[in-house]
Amino acid sequence: MSDMTAEQKVKFYQKGTFTVGNRLVDQARRSVQGSMERSNAITSGHRACQGCGEALGARYALDAAMRATEGQLIAVNATGCLEVFTTPYPETSWQVPWIHSLFGNAAAVASGVAAAMRVKGREQVRVVAQGGDGGTTDIGFGCLSGMFERNDDVLYICYDNEAYMNTGVQRSSATPPTARTATTPAVGPEPGNVFGTGKNLPLIAMAHNIPYVATASVSDLHDLERKVEKAMAIRGARYIHIFVPCPLGWGSASHDTIRIARLASECGLFPLFEAEHGEITGSLPIRRKVPVEEYLRPQKRFAHLFKDGGDGVARIARLQRMADANIARFGLQREAEETPL
Amino acid sequence: MSQQHPDVPFAITLDVGSSLANLTGSWRTERPVYLDRLPPCNSACPAGENIQAWLAHAEDGDYEAAWHEVMRNNPLPAIMGRACYHPCEGACNRSALDDAINIHAVERFLGDQAIEKGWVPAVEAAPSGKKVLVIGAGPSGLSAAYHLRRLGHAVTIREAGPVPGGMMRFGIPAYRLPREIVQAEIDRILAMGVALELNHKVEDIQAEMKDGGFGACFLAIGAHLAKRVNIPTPDAGKILDAIGVLHEMETSENPPLLGRRVVVYGGGNTAIDVARTAKRLGAEEAIIVYRRTREMMPAHDFEVEEALAEGVILNWLTTIKEIDDSGSFVVEKMALNDEGWPEPTGEFDTIEADSLVLALGQNVDTGFIAKVPGVEIAKDGVIQVGPDMMTGFEGLFAGGDMVPSERTVTVAVGHGKKAARHIDDWLRGERYEHPPRHELAGVDKLNTWYYADAPKTVQPELDVVRRQTSFDEVHRGLDETNALYEARRCLSCGNCFECDNCYGVCPDNAVIKLGPGKRFEFNYDYCKGCGICAAECPCGAIEMVPENI
Repeated sequence: MSDMTAEQKVKFYQKGTFTVGNRLVDQARRSVQGSMERSNAITSGHRACQGCGEALGARYALDAAMRATEGQLIAVNATGCLEVFTTPYPETSWQVPWIHSLFGNAAAVASGVAAAMRVKGREQVRVVAQGGDGGTTDIGFGCLSGMFERNDDVLYICYDNEAYMNTGVQRSSATPPTARTATTPAVGPEPGNVFGTGKNLPLIAMAHNIPYVATASVSDLHDLERKVEKAMAIRGARYIHIFVPCPLGWGSASHDTIRIARLASECGLFPLFEAEHGEITGSLPIRRKVPVEEYLRPQKRFAHLFKDGGDGVARIARLQRMADANIARFGLQREAEETPL
Repeated sequence: MSQQHPDVPFAITLDVGSSLANLTGSWRTERPVYLDRLPPCNSACPAGENIQAWLAHAEDGDYEAAWHEVMRNNPLPAIMGRACYHPCEGACNRSALDDAINIHAVERFLGDQAIEKGWVPAVEAAPSGKKVLVIGAGPSGLSAAYHLRRLGHAVTIREAGPVPGGMMRFGIPAYRLPREIVQAEIDRILAMGVALELNHKVEDIQAEMKDGGFGACFLAIGAHLAKRVNIPTPDAGKILDAIGVLHEMETSENPPLLGRRVVVYGGGNTAIDVARTAKRLGAEEAIIVYRRTREMMPAHDFEVEEALAEGVILNWLTTIKEIDDSGSFVVEKMALNDEGWPEPTGEFDTIEADSLVLALGQNVDTGFIAKVPGVEIAKDGVIQVGPDMMTGFEGLFAGGDMVPSERTVTVAVGHGKKAARHIDDWLRGERYEHPPRHELAGVDKLNTWYYADAPKTVQPELDVVRRQTSFDEVHRGLDETNALYEARRCLSCGNCFECDNCYGVCPDNAVIKLGPGKRFEFNYDYCKGCGICAAECPCGAIEMVPENI
């Protein structure tokens, strides 16, 4: 032992490092959601279910976009839960200029709004298009691919709750394997949604070589806000895919919305990453790794995996392999860098 | 058909309205409610400190506010940060993440800052016109005097010895508690207007109360009479007692003569203190003899470890039978029986040593107290007090080592505070009622995801060679950056620290942020009762309560 043990290196940690607000950091570095001046793009009184992940994700994203554009924002909406629960005639929850047309054409409408702004010389007004996974990965996919391909100046945000929740929980091409939906019931030799189907839209978006693609989750507000802010600083087609748990469709407790989103990322099933011009530029490392089982168990849509008699164990192992493949592919398991603040 | 709006398309018949018209609060079956839960550290603190609150001030870098918060309950932070066995840290929820907060080190930092900067506590109350006599200037008496003074009473302390401090001076060696620190914190209490009369041994409590016009008396003379055990010896001068040795260290010009090889008999903290003191006085060997096992020693484990590091030898499962004519110590080996208790084995051995120090505990000198009518002596020769710290004699209160409890400086300080509150109300003809305690904020109430990993700061220790030869303080304090770092590791269990999580995570905008220092409110018009706020509150300051439906 030396005369005096060396004193440990001090890092700028504090209690609640990962919370929404952090009163010890500079005002400019604090989150939009912690601010008393946030725009509340979706105000109270909307008819989303208790604990709706999509209502939360949409407010997170649009409030961040509003701050990034200093309020110069127009939102376009596809048909879906988000549209239905915010605008039952004659009420609206939107506190931003907002337009809804059809289920499948949000990307095209957004392209049109952006073109109109350009023609009118008001290019400071930015456009965000948003839809659920059904409106994005299935019904609106053609228009979206066109918007990407033309590199129209639109940020398209998909709120992914992994099925058509508004119409009664039908399967979409974003529904994960084994999940029970109204159209993939938990019966037969392969209960729930089958393996080997569906599409990964963030990777498809990357294949368009657009300037920016990212995934985000309601479980990590700071990461989400940073990605929206970054997207709004870029011109051209951009895509953010936000993971939003649905208590009703997933059969989870309303208070577990954020916890389940967190578990999805911490087990590796929903990797958080970003890409520019088709190349992955970063990913968020897993902080506390959990087995997929911890993510699956609190959701009734996966309850059949835990029943005696079936081959649930083997199917959970297959989901674990998917998670492990993500961890390897996106480099999710590594020493975390300095605490992001 | 729209009559009012001929210029809009025919299908639109109603004005656009806000969804604010839709009061979704009616969906709710449970409502979130903000509450303060009791942090485990506060719950464990024998002095009743609000540790979470002062760490929060320290976390902001406002050390003076933090110190004043400590001082609301404990007038001796610099002493406490050194001498307290910090049960708060044993209870700290952070140990479930990495390590407990180094609470005592931050407290010590605050205490040292106060001494260096000359911060003084405020006396808020107007003079009450009442006089209180405190007997004994140890931690309990000083604490009572301080709190009574803050409550506006005139306080006189009468101390039998030549210096104030009690066991802080005569029980805890200087390498754990430097004397200038003790003196500085005592001086600060005296400077508040507390009168101290030294070398005044009270013999007749009733007469002194009556003559001095004291409305109440707090008795805190401690436990100073060493317990003895009969060990046959040809030379009684070889047997000393631990308290006597430590007392002589303080009062005598020359340190006590213990010899080259010293045997200490006992397994408590005092035994460790004496053995370490003997080492520092130049003993080549300091041997602790204890009749049970190492695990059963009442001494704190870290102190045992420090003693071993300094070369103290531990001889457990051994009793001392006699000192024979040649001066050798005859010891008998013990063995644990089936119930786990030590039993003699009949196997004997001898140890060569120059002196034997008995560290077998202390008794209370109850002689002059037993004369007071109504005062009850409990078993073990301590004074019986009620939940209000009052003895059987009206107006006579007692605390510290002389009443039934754990004997530590912190418990003594807590007794002093508790007694002061009861004395205050008793003088006013009222009864002090402690406000109901909050529910405990156990680790199950927290959402620890939101806290970054941050291992504990290790306090530097003095090199072993210097520890064996000098009475320099073993543990060094934290510097400001370390103290700040430690304070920021606090999880704020059960108490809102305005992290904005509830405000951020509500899908219904039903949490109203009131601004810095004002916390939050729920907007029950729109709260659907989903419970995300409660689930994601990092510190467990929200609970869900069923609605009456």
